[in-house]
Amino acid sequence: MPLSKSEWLALEKKAHELRNLCLDTTYWAGSAHIGGDMSVMDMMTVLYHKYLNIKVDDPNWEDRDRFILSKGHAGVAYAAVLVDKGFNDPEQLKTFNLSNSKMGIHLDSNKVVGVDASTGSLGHGLSIALGTALAARVLGKDYKTYCILGDGECDEGSNWEAAMSIAHFKATNVISFVDRNKCMIDGRTEDVMNLEPFVDKWKAFGFIVKEVDGHNLSELCDAIDFALNQNEAPVMIVANTIKGAGIDFMADDYHWHYGAIDEGKYQQAKESLEKYYKQRVARAEKEGV
Amino acid sequence: MAGGLTYTALDSTELSTAEIYGQTLVELGKEHPEIVGLTADLAGSTKIGVFGKAYPDRFFNVGIAEQNMFGVAAGMAKAGLVPFLSTFSVFASLRSADQLHTDICYQNVNAKIIATHSGTSFGQAGSTHHAICDLAVVRSMPNVTLICPADGVETAEAVVAAYENKGPYYIRINRGFDRVLYGKDYPREYKFEVGKAVEVNPGTDITVIACGSCVFQAYQAAKFLENADGLKVRVLDMHTIKPIDKEAILKAVQDTRRIITVEDHNVIGGLGSAVAEVMAEAGKGCAFTRLGIQDTFAPIGLHEDIMSNLGIDCNGIINAIREAMNKDFEEDDNWDDEV
Repeated sequence: MPLSKSEWLALEKKAHELRNLCLDTTYWAGSAHIGGDMSVMDMMTVLYHKYLNIKVDDPNWEDRDRFILSKGHAGVAYAAVLVDKGFNDPEQLKTFNLSNSKMGIHLDSNKVVGVDASTGSLGHGLSIALGTALAARVLGKDYKTYCILGDGECDEGSNWEAAMSIAHFKATNVISFVDRNKCMIDGRTEDVMNLEPFVDKWKAFGFIVKEVDGHNLSELCDAIDFALNQNEAPVMIVANTIKGAGIDFMADDYHWHYGAIDEGKYQQAKESLEKYYKQRVARAEKEGV
Repeated sequence: MAGGLTYTALDSTELSTAEIYGQTLVELGKEHPEIVGLTADLAGSTKIGVFGKAYPDRFFNVGIAEQNMFGVAAGMAKAGLVPFLSTFSVFASLRSADQLHTDICYQNVNAKIIATHSGTSFGQAGSTHHAICDLAVVRSMPNVTLICPADGVETAEAVVAAYENKGPYYIRINRGFDRVLYGKDYPREYKFEVGKAVEVNPGTDITVIACGSCVFQAYQAAKFLENADGLKVRVLDMHTIKPIDKEAILKAVQDTRRIITVEDHNVIGGLGSAVAEVMAEAGKGCAFTRLGIQDTFAPIGLHEDIMSNLGIDCNGIINAIREAMNKDFEEDDNWDDEV
């Protein structure tokens, strides 16, 4: 079912709030992986505010949907989402990265409520997602596992071990995304290590691939709805995104993989996010049904 | 033991150590549906395949992809299953070290690694298949319990203990048959407890602290020297490398003042290092020798031949004990006059 205009607008509002909270946290923390936080935020918004079957008052509910952030360096985005959802004390965001904080760059599943896996070492998440998915099969549960990878992360061979086995075991209860922002620490993905033909690679490993604009909430929801209805092969949603999306001086610049924000940049980024939100609302108004 | 499992001398002479592991897991699996098995194309070699035959819906062969296997196991454990993973020790500790470190140990999940073909037990396969670093690598990972059983009987005990206790376990066992230590000829009562060394032979002149297949060799050496030299050699089966039995080590230092460690592993980082750390931190100096692989790659050959070559078999241990007995070392109880 296509995203209704009202739902689209509500999700846009939430995504905007979360982008701001993510920026605020980066400012409080001094620095963060802000570029990749911004590119992944729309995916996380639709998952946490439309799809994930979770209970804030029972975070370890055994029938809950799982979410594995394989690109664990987007911890500020993840923390913002979980705090906003009500899993953790908002004050924790103000101590992000500080000594003895529960929250650091890569979130610890034993310290931060709502985190399903401690990630950060790249190329781990998809295997863990397969593990929770196979556990659902063994235990006779129908929860889903959602997993988001970074594109640079796909250089790690372990992802392809996981990909092969997800297809082999027909683990269609894993719904995977790649945040294809085309940037990594040392440069653009295609300059550091060529990933293309990227979609074909996933297809060759047995996935049905949906390629979408990762900043179009309607397209993202359509792709997830599609994935939820596949029983023969797992779905990989390749979400084409922009590193630093919404912040003009960061957008599509790999130097903002990780960066510090001072007062001036913070204000500039805030203004940029407002403009970006207006454009996004205009699109939802125009294209929503 | 869980489910009233019992293992006898008969089992351990008819079955290889890994086969006893496989059988133990099958029996545990009967009563505990949350146990699942994983391997990376080594179902037959590691003997976890018998679990797969018994419970095909709870068994996952991920192909030759150890990193993926460890990550999958972590996810399964997070969702409430108790995964047992088996591959060769060299791969379990090195090929998937990052996943073992981060997915299993850091997250402190309830996953059990039963790593076979440990030490030089797959001797003829050469150094690519010898696990000479696994104790060192795994011992340095927080949260894990690290066990190196002496024989098949102890392997069964360790596997059951791994199920009964929460958290990551890494149990390294040998390829093929181990000499039976805790069989019908074993003269003392045998009780397995994680973290508690077994005094295999009492003694007051010197203590040999061993793990894995070296325990049997140390016991043979002790019996020989009792007759030949009139020596009373204490032999400790230090099956749990972590958490190590500090009390047994310091008691041995106090009682015998001479310690030899024996392991089928590099002397760096394994049992010998663990014992040395305990002694050094306690401020208790004594005559001390580490037998094992002397920071080199082991030769190719039959396991018993390699053990002989390395000096970690009965004869090697006898020689080391005689040498240690000749070392000039203060034997009084007064530590105050020593620096």
